[in-house]
Amino acid sequence: MSTTVKPPGAPETAPEIKGAAVRRGDQVFLGLSRGAGVLILVIMAAIAVFLIWKAIPSLQANTANFFTTQDWTPDADPAYFGIAALAFGTIMTAIIAMLLAVPVGIGIALFIAHYANKRLGAALGFITDLLAAVPSIIFGMWGLSFLMPQMQGFLQWLATYFAWIPLFQNDLGIYTRSIMIAGTVLAIMVLPTVSAISREVFLQVPREHIEAALALGATRWEMVRMSVFPFARPGMISASMLGLGRALGETIAVALVLSATYTINWQITEPGGNTFAANIALRWNEARPTGLSALIASGLVLFVITLAVNMFARIVIARRSEFSGANS
Amino acid sequence: MSLSRTSGLAAVMIAGALALTACGSDGGSGTSSSAATSTIECASGSIKASGSSAQKNAIAEWVNAYIAACPDATIDYQATGSGAGVTDFINKQTAFAGSDSALKEDEQPQADARCASGPALNIPMVGGAINVVFNVEGLDTLVLDAPTLAGIFNNSITKWNDPKIAALNSGAALPDATIAQFHRSDESGTTDNFTKYLIAKDAWDFEGGKAWEADGGQGAKGSDGVASAVKSTANSIGYVELSFAEDAGLSSAAIDNGNGPIEATSDNAAITISSATVKGTGNNLPLDIDRAATKGYPIVLVTYEITCEKGLSGTDLDVTKSFLTYTASADGQAVLKANGYVPISGDLLTKVQTAVAAIG
Repeated sequence: MSTTVKPPGAPETAPEIKGAAVRRGDQVFLGLSRGAGVLILVIMAAIAVFLIWKAIPSLQANTANFFTTQDWTPDADPAYFGIAALAFGTIMTAIIAMLLAVPVGIGIALFIAHYANKRLGAALGFITDLLAAVPSIIFGMWGLSFLMPQMQGFLQWLATYFAWIPLFQNDLGIYTRSIMIAGTVLAIMVLPTVSAISREVFLQVPREHIEAALALGATRWEMVRMSVFPFARPGMISASMLGLGRALGETIAVALVLSATYTINWQITEPGGNTFAANIALRWNEARPTGLSALIASGLVLFVITLAVNMFARIVIARRSEFSGANS
Repeated sequence: MSLSRTSGLAAVMIAGALALTACGSDGGSGTSSSAATSTIECASGSIKASGSSAQKNAIAEWVNAYIAACPDATIDYQATGSGAGVTDFINKQTAFAGSDSALKEDEQPQADARCASGPALNIPMVGGAINVVFNVEGLDTLVLDAPTLAGIFNNSITKWNDPKIAALNSGAALPDATIAQFHRSDESGTTDNFTKYLIAKDAWDFEGGKAWEADGGQGAKGSDGVASAVKSTANSIGYVELSFAEDAGLSSAAIDNGNGPIEATSDNAAITISSATVKGTGNNLPLDIDRAATKGYPIVLVTYEITCEKGLSGTDLDVTKSFLTYTASADGQAVLKANGYVPISGDLLTKVQTAVAAIG
C-alpha cells in the first residue's frame, strides 16, 4: 500500500516487482494471492451457474409470469408461481430496516467516536459489537414474543392518526406479524453492522481536519459536518450496504415473525408479507422437485438483487473516492 | 468447613449431571419404554433414516427404547420433512423414509426402482389427531362442524358470536369479538390433513395441500408457533397436533360430524384411523381415511414408514426390519399414546405387522 496509491474500485493489476532478483518467496506469494482472488470469482460464477441450472426446470414448467405473479404453487399441476410478493416483501422490510437502523447506527458511531469519553466509548462499542454476535433465531424469538406485543400500541396509534398515509392504513384492526414488525426486527439486527463500520471510519478521520475545524471556531456538530462526514461518507455508505445485504438475506427471524402471504399489501401494519429467504426456509423441507427448483429460482433473484445492491454501492463509493483518498 | 464446601459442590455437580442425562436421554414421558425391551429382537449396525417431522417424537421415543435393548444398533432419524425424506430414500441415502403421506403416483415407480427387486412399501405406523385449539376467556368447551370450521378459516365467519357458531354451542358465552385465526406459514402435513378433512366434507373451496391457501388470518411457523400464538392471543383459534395442544394446555374443540360432538382425543382418533381402508395391493398399505365418518374424531393424520419389501441388504435390512417389528408391536404402539400420538389398532395393525414381517 505504501508504494502505490490507487483509487479504490479501480481494476486490480499485479504490482510490478522492481529491483534486483525476483525471489521465489515473492513468486509463490503472488501465485497464492492471485489464486485466492481468482478462486472467489470462480466460486461466484459456480454459484450463479448452479442456481440457473437448478432453476431452469421450474421456470420451464411455470405457467405464470415469474416476475409479476403473486402466488406460489409450484408443486401444483400445472405449476403456477411468481416472485412479485416476495420481492416486494424483501425490499420493503429492508427499506424499513435501513430507515430505522442507519440514522441510529451512525448516531451511535458518532457518539462513540467523537462525543463520548474514551472509556464509555470503548464500553459502548463493545456492547454494540456484541449485538452482532446474537444469533438471528434469538432475534426472531425475541421479536415474536417481546417486540411484537410491545409494538401493538404504537402501530395502532400510527394507524389511527396517520391513516391518511396509505402505508399505515389498517382495515383489519390486527397489528401483528406485519412487514413493519419484521422491518423493525431487521433494523435491530443490522444496527451493529452499520454502527461498527461507521465507527471505525469515523475514528480514522485525520486529527488535523478535526483540529482545523475546531480552530476555526466550529462547534462540535459543525466540525462533524465539515470534517467527519465528508471524509467518512464512502465508509458510511458501505456500512449501510453491508447492513442492507444482511437485511435482504435474513431468513429465520423473518420467517418466525411474518405471516407468509403471497399478495402485495401496501398496508404494512397488517399481517402478511413474505421475503425470498423466509419463503425458502418455510417451503424447502416439504417441497417436491418443481417446488425445490422454484425456490432456487427465487434464490437466484435474491442473488441478483444483492449483487446489484453491492455493485451500486461500489459505484457510489468509487465516485466519492476523492474524499477517501485525500489523506491516505 | 472446606470439607462441607467440597461435598456440597460435588453434590451440585452430581445433581447437575443427573439432570443433564435425564434431559438428554428422552424428551417426553416415555413411561412404557422400559417394559417394551423384552419383545425386541435385536440386530446390530447403524442405519440412517429421514423424513416427516410429524413423527419425530414418536421415532425418538422408539429409538430410545430400541437402543436401550439393543446397544449394538444405532438409528439416525433426521426430521428433514417428508419431501426431503422421500427424496433421500429414492437416492439410496437412507434405509427408510418417514412421510406424512403415502408415495405419490410419480414417486412410487422411483421408489420401486430404488428397491430394485421388490416394491417400495407404504407402512402406516404413527397416527395423529389434529386439534382445533382456541383461546377465548370463559369458554372451555366448543363444538364446531366442518362448514363452521371452514367459515372460520376462510374468513367468512369473523366473530365469535356468529349465529353459525352459536347454533352449535347453545348456552355458551360467546364473546362479541373478532376471531384471530392462525394457520401454518410453513408447508406441513398438518395443513394438508386439516384441509383434507374440510374437503372431504365439501366445505373447502381450495385444492388442499401442504401450503395454506386461504387469504386472511395469520401464519405462524411450526405447530409450536401456532400453539404459542393461540396461547398468547386473546379470542384466537388454530390447528395443531394433539401433543402440541396438550403441551400448551390449550382447550380443543369437539367436532360434530353429523352424529353429535366428538372430543379430540387419542382414543377417538384411533377409531377413525383403524377403520380406514387400504388402497394398496399386497403389503403396500396406503390408506384411504373416511373423514366424513361419524363415529370417531375425524381430523386425523397417518404417517408412514416407506421402505423396500425386498431389496434392502446387510445392515439396512437387519436393523430396519428389527426396528419396524418393534414399532409395529403392541408394545411399540403403546408408546405412541403416552406421547400425544394415536396408535394403529385392530385389523390394520395386523396388516402392518404382516407387511413388516415380509421385509427381507
